[in-house]
Amino acid sequence: MKKAPTIKNDILVMLIFSAVILSMPIWLEPLGASYPDLLQKFAIFGIFAVGYNILFGLTGYLSFGHAAFLGVGSYTAVWSFKLLTMNILPAIMFSVLLSGLFALLIGFITLRRSGIYFSILTLAFAQMFYNLAYSVLTPITNGETGLQLARSDPRVIDRLFSEAGEGLPSTDFFGFAMSGYSGFYVCAGLLIIAFFISQRIFHSPFGIKLRAIKSNQTRMKYTGYNTRPYLLTAFVISGMYAGLAGGLMASTDPLAGAERMQWTASGEVVLMTILGGVGTLIGPMLGVGIIKYFENIFSALNEQALHQAYSFMPDWLANIMVTITQPFVGEGWHLTLGALFVLIVVFLPGGIMEGIEKIKNLFAKKTPEPIMLEKPLKKSPETEK
Amino acid sequence: MDAIFLQILNGLDKGGAYALIALGLTLVFGTLGVVNFAHGALFMLGAFCSVSFYKLITISKQIKDESITFFDAFKEQPYLEIWFGDFGTTIIDYAVPLSILFAIPVMLLIGLIMERGLIRHFYKRTHAEQILVTFGLAIVLQELIKSFFGANPIPMPPPDIVSGSAPIGVLLGLGESVVYPWWRLIYLAFSGLIIGGVFAFLNMTTYGMVVRAGMMDRETVGLLGINIERRFTVVFGLAAVVTGLAGVMYAPILPPDYHMGMDFLVLSFVVVVVGGMGSLGGAVAAGFLLGILQSFASMNEIKSILPGIDQIIIYLVAVVILLVRPRGLLGREGVMED
Repeated sequence: MKKAPTIKNDILVMLIFSAVILSMPIWLEPLGASYPDLLQKFAIFGIFAVGYNILFGLTGYLSFGHAAFLGVGSYTAVWSFKLLTMNILPAIMFSVLLSGLFALLIGFITLRRSGIYFSILTLAFAQMFYNLAYSVLTPITNGETGLQLARSDPRVIDRLFSEAGEGLPSTDFFGFAMSGYSGFYVCAGLLIIAFFISQRIFHSPFGIKLRAIKSNQTRMKYTGYNTRPYLLTAFVISGMYAGLAGGLMASTDPLAGAERMQWTASGEVVLMTILGGVGTLIGPMLGVGIIKYFENIFSALNEQALHQAYSFMPDWLANIMVTITQPFVGEGWHLTLGALFVLIVVFLPGGIMEGIEKIKNLFAKKTPEPIMLEKPLKKSPETEK
Repeated sequence: MDAIFLQILNGLDKGGAYALIALGLTLVFGTLGVVNFAHGALFMLGAFCSVSFYKLITISKQIKDESITFFDAFKEQPYLEIWFGDFGTTIIDYAVPLSILFAIPVMLLIGLIMERGLIRHFYKRTHAEQILVTFGLAIVLQELIKSFFGANPIPMPPPDIVSGSAPIGVLLGLGESVVYPWWRLIYLAFSGLIIGGVFAFLNMTTYGMVVRAGMMDRETVGLLGINIERRFTVVFGLAAVVTGLAGVMYAPILPPDYHMGMDFLVLSFVVVVVGGMGSLGGAVAAGFLLGILQSFASMNEIKSILPGIDQIIIYLVAVVILLVRPRGLLGREGVMED
């Protein structure tokens, strides 16, 4: 049994988290992952996964449609860049609001069902959005080309202050450019805020109610709670997180395409969350870091690089190793991802956090466990953390 | 009138594919209680069975091209043609139908390996975990195919004799303008045949009866001393074969590529849910129904009133059905009600 989380404890976790995130450019340097593009991805997908975890981790509702909110956020942000200003503040505000609105609508319908039906309903909605983005909504989404900035865009607010310059303007946050390290720090700041909110939700009565829904919805209903409003709130919050992530994606690279809404993209965020540890605070962030880091490394590898990596072996062995590993790297990175997915679900359904917990228990356990006739019930979520 | 007739035919045709895939999916769900997201991958593997069979029989030898005399030119000639002459050419022409014979054992094997190796460990886990693990499996299968066959669609020609269009208008007295590709008609007949076969197997054989009993109440069947697990493994293999055959025969209609499984997976899930989870008849009915609805929605007259409806009609129907009739069209009481 762990102690109940205290405010002091929370603040400590928060401070450590902030320090770790903000110092990422330094401690990732030796790993070769400290360049801004990747760091921005860490932060943005971190927001996405932390938000997704609020729904999936706390309530156990497996949504396969969150990529739709990501897409909505991206399109909204690019439109804001086109029509209003290159400052990202209004862009991400609109992204969050609009995706929240969409989440409210979709959640209102899909949350009438649970279990696999909920998964399929969200999937159906995401596919609907995806198909529409390619067909009827092309005036808004620009179809397969994707929505891009143009020199002739009105940008009303920017025009109040300055004339249109030469070339395409770039996005900024009150003067901080959204590219490079300053862009990372803006994203990281938002990630820390997002993490803080999620931490507060986890430890609030609201979060506990969500967990109660996960462990036994019927019991919750008999206790006199109408669970739907709680679920809907969680769904909307995680939809807004996804929208924020989408908006930031568009801010760092002002281009929005429909492929961001494909349901495999929803699958990716599910994977990140379960890899790190569903329902834990830090887990999703860990999952994001690992997946994005290895995606970056693996997809850059090619045959030559492999030969180099195996150069310490005798030639024949190196050749065999290259043949074995080659399908898994470069273009085949998704194969690795899929295999990882299967392995994690089979062997470590609780993700890395469960693994850490197990190792910890291994060392902590000095006295042999008392023999029990029945296996103890799964640790109820309320006692975690 | 002609247009409507053609659209119905179109819809039945599309519906045939949906129904076959959904049938396999329902078989697996109804018997094993597993939500199999890798089912679309089985369809794709089926289609690639025909591709690999075609590649296998057209393994060629380089021979000198006699028709070009002024320099040494080489052309490839399949061994089959060298060995058997015209008969070999005929075999190659009939590659797609013949690959059914190749696909049945291959798909059965794949199905059995999948069930024994992975799925069986997930009977007791939650549906969410089943979805996740089969989703990962689907990605793996898809990427493996991609690394072997490349990312581009591979066109598979139907046999020459049925590559044209059938003058069904003349046959049915609707005028000469009504024509329809032969192969699609064959596909429709084929799907009807397979569906009939599966139902006959389940309803008319003792083996099928036990399987149905197991779907109703596996515990009691187990208590009667029947090894229901083994039968279910066979059912999984059967489902893989049915879905694989749907893919084999679909190859001439849609050139197989590595992600066709994912595209069909979402659709077939929607079909299953609309039909009613665990109801075989419902899956077939919903497959044909949604196929017809979709092809009507893609008519220009309808598209001009409701733009984009053809893209979303199926999902829209699914959403409405799930909200109005949560159990699906023919769903049984007590099956997967949350």
